[in-house]
Amino acid sequence: MTWLPLWLSFKIASLATLLAVIVGTGLALLLAWRRLPARDFFDAVVSAPLVLPPTVLGYYILVAVGNTSAIGRTWEAVFGTQIVFSFNGAVIAAAVGSLPLVVRAVRLALEAIDPNLIAAARTLGARPPRVLVTVVLPLAAPGIVAGGMMGFARALGDYGATLMVAGAKIDGVPTASIFVMDQLLGGHDREVFAMSAATTVFGVAMLFFANRLTRRFHLHR
Amino acid sequence: MTRLAATLHLRRGDFRLSVELACPPGITCVMGPSGSGKSTILAAIAGLSAPERGRVTLGDEVWLDRARGIDVPVHARRLAYVFQGLALFPHMSALANVEYGMHDLPRETRATRAAALLERLGVGHLARRRPRTFSGGEAQRVALARALARSPRLILLDEPFSALDRDLRAQLTTLVRELVAELGVPLVHVTHSVAEARLLADQVVRIERGAVVARGTAGEVLANITSLDE
Repeated sequence: MTWLPLWLSFKIASLATLLAVIVGTGLALLLAWRRLPARDFFDAVVSAPLVLPPTVLGYYILVAVGNTSAIGRTWEAVFGTQIVFSFNGAVIAAAVGSLPLVVRAVRLALEAIDPNLIAAARTLGARPPRVLVTVVLPLAAPGIVAGGMMGFARALGDYGATLMVAGAKIDGVPTASIFVMDQLLGGHDREVFAMSAATTVFGVAMLFFANRLTRRFHLHR
Repeated sequence: MTRLAATLHLRRGDFRLSVELACPPGITCVMGPSGSGKSTILAAIAGLSAPERGRVTLGDEVWLDRARGIDVPVHARRLAYVFQGLALFPHMSALANVEYGMHDLPRETRATRAAALLERLGVGHLARRRPRTFSGGEAQRVALARALARSPRLILLDEPFSALDRDLRAQLTTLVRELVAELGVPLVHVTHSVAEARLLADQVVRIERGAVVARGTAGEVLANITSLDE
């Protein structure tokens, strides 16, 4: 049995998590800002990947980064490759699916910060970027890490959106979840069990550590 | 002589604040029952909340003038603010907390000055420790050191001693008095405690429902008063 699908999923999930944490932290900062116009609407849009069917989500990503889209054409002009049906497409699909989990965890962490700490930093002469880097982000760090872990677990198991955006195989190798489906259809029960068990162990371990971090974060407040 | 002058008019829901303050160097105690607007006044002077109308000046500097569209950002008003909950940064040591306001100075100068301030306030031994390990009195002293580290031109204290016992409170009020006399700047001290005001204040301003109802020396304003929540 080959473990290449798990290794591929691991690489995709790692990069997708990095992307989701960067974009998700930015979005969470925006959504935690009480004066943001139509905040509830933007919150609903950012959370939509949690409730949309994976194929619908995949379709939207295809439309957004496909070869005929502005992003897709710009990417091709700069890098000479296409986003869809590639490793990059799989990373984007997994990142979009993970994004709401990251945003929610980071936003909770941001909203738990005592506003007087931010006010204190301002009275001590700190401009907004310094307040963000020295006070807000360090205090929200456990939430950012917990969000990243949940996002990683989600990205590791992505199936529908990845299939739509990146296809069944990337350079001849399927992701772990697509591999499980292929092997199931082929009647290879041992491979299905082994890959399922490995994916489950990784996913549960991530959620376990994310829970522990979140609890530690609340205890320290 | 640096003097604080503030005229503030603001509305938050049903609450209205409309006050005029003139604070010369020395200690002005702003007193009043809970919800009378004492902390709101400090926040507006610091620039943390925006009054609908008003003017705040410190000496020749205009910090706020709504009519002329002037509103100097909080970080550019050189003031010290000690919050009721102290707001020490929990992820930083005492030394890093005190250094925070001196970021425009070279690193070594910052560290030396911060250490000297902590020593002066009797908490030099806490330099490497984080706030969650401090006792109430230690945390107050570190918060005072942090506030004073910027060489402020105005000091604002929002009931920072309210959670302390009487002895500790007396020690810290004496210390505050000494520091203000040295710096020669106005200090606005929000407090509930009539005893504290009698001990500290050069001037007392009494607030009720967002308006000034009395001002003068502690003897004049607080004669026959034992508690402001009656």
